[in-house]
Amino acid sequence: MSDAPASPAPLSDAEREDLRRHGILLTSLEELYNWGRSNSIWPLQFGLACCAIEMIATATARFDIARFGAEIFRPSPRQADLMIVSGTVTKKMAPQVVRLWNQMPEPKYCIAMGACAISGGPFKQGYNVLKGIDRFIPVDIYIPGCPPRPEALLNGLMELQKKIKAERLAGPDAARHTQPDKPSEHPIPEFGAHDLVPPKNDELWQPPTIVRTGKA
Amino acid sequence: METLEQIRERLLARFPGATVTLIANTAAADQPSLLLDAAHARAIAEWLRDDAELRLDYCSNVTGVDWPDKEIVETVKTTVADPANPEAPPKVVETKTKRLQPGYLEVVYHLYSMSKKHGPVILRLRTGNRTDQVTVPSLTPVWRAAEFQEREVFDLYGVVFEGHPDLRRILMWDQFKDHPMRKDYVSPDDFEWEPTPHGEVLERAKKHYPPPPAAAMNEGGTA
Repeated sequence: MSDAPASPAPLSDAEREDLRRHGILLTSLEELYNWGRSNSIWPLQFGLACCAIEMIATATARFDIARFGAEIFRPSPRQADLMIVSGTVTKKMAPQVVRLWNQMPEPKYCIAMGACAISGGPFKQGYNVLKGIDRFIPVDIYIPGCPPRPEALLNGLMELQKKIKAERLAGPDAARHTQPDKPSEHPIPEFGAHDLVPPKNDELWQPPTIVRTGKA
Repeated sequence: METLEQIRERLLARFPGATVTLIANTAAADQPSLLLDAAHARAIAEWLRDDAELRLDYCSNVTGVDWPDKEIVETVKTTVADPANPEAPPKVVETKTKRLQPGYLEVVYHLYSMSKKHGPVILRLRTGNRTDQVTVPSLTPVWRAAEFQEREVFDLYGVVFEGHPDLRRILMWDQFKDHPMRKDYVSPDDFEWEPTPHGEVLERAKKHYPPPPAAAMNEGGTA
């Protein structure tokens, strides 16, 4: 980049806003593309537990997710951009959730809604509950709460929109869906004799290193 | 409604060979129940459903209980007179005997009558042990409502219901091997990441911790 011919400094946001006021719209392809995508996120219409009730409330007139362009809940994973994992993922359900994720086309995003989808929540010690959906699919936004209120889900959606708007289409830090070698599908766990096999996707999730001081 | 004692009397008169035990409940719930023997359970259940007085036409709940092997210590006090000194007061000798009460699995049915508006009458069935004699007669042919709940008891406790039309696992997947609601069930070890462990969880999470450096040094030094 440094040996490229000297180009004029890019416009600052303030200069661009100034031009906009004069009726001149300047944009880049990347910006336009991300703007369009971030304002028409189609979530997958599926719910797993009580968080799904809050998700439904978010879609109703009082909270109205349509204000963010995300009101078109698609009943087919083939047409959805966003998977909102809303509720407890039991080990019996986990393979189906991963299968749905694999059937969604890129670019796709995942929101883990509520304590259960993040970590298993109050059912964390249960023999039948997956301790977080991020053990099998990559999660973009985590929304804490039990269940999160609709405002929290909307906030999570706005955070996702920010993330989409900041995505690059080229270069070394380009978004996942622009890189053909990045996996968009993940192995579906099998039902084993005592647990899922494998119990987690090691490429996606590793337990954080626990540093504990004091007596063991 | 009749009391359970009355129902038991009528049952014994109607089924002379049957063993019907009244099990008292001393807890606050105070809901006594009838323990039936496996051989007569189906016939007794049909009789309870069809009897003109009782008409227990609704089985609202089926559940399982796991009773593991239990060590019972019995203390017997005997007074022994001292032969050398008959004047002295007799000594009291305590002998403790330990016996192992073998465990069993239990199935509990809660019955109501929709037509007579009374209930509940609680039935119990027990298996021979917890390992190989785990068969009890299914009451699904008597009350259709018991079908899924008996499947659940089969799934989570491992009680086999003889005569059940479709005895498969209902909550866990078909390939699953254990019975998770049994007391001795060991759940899968996925405790590798516990941000705030305590109690039993802490003990299980510790197995995933790397050995502390100081302990490793001591081990090397003294071994």
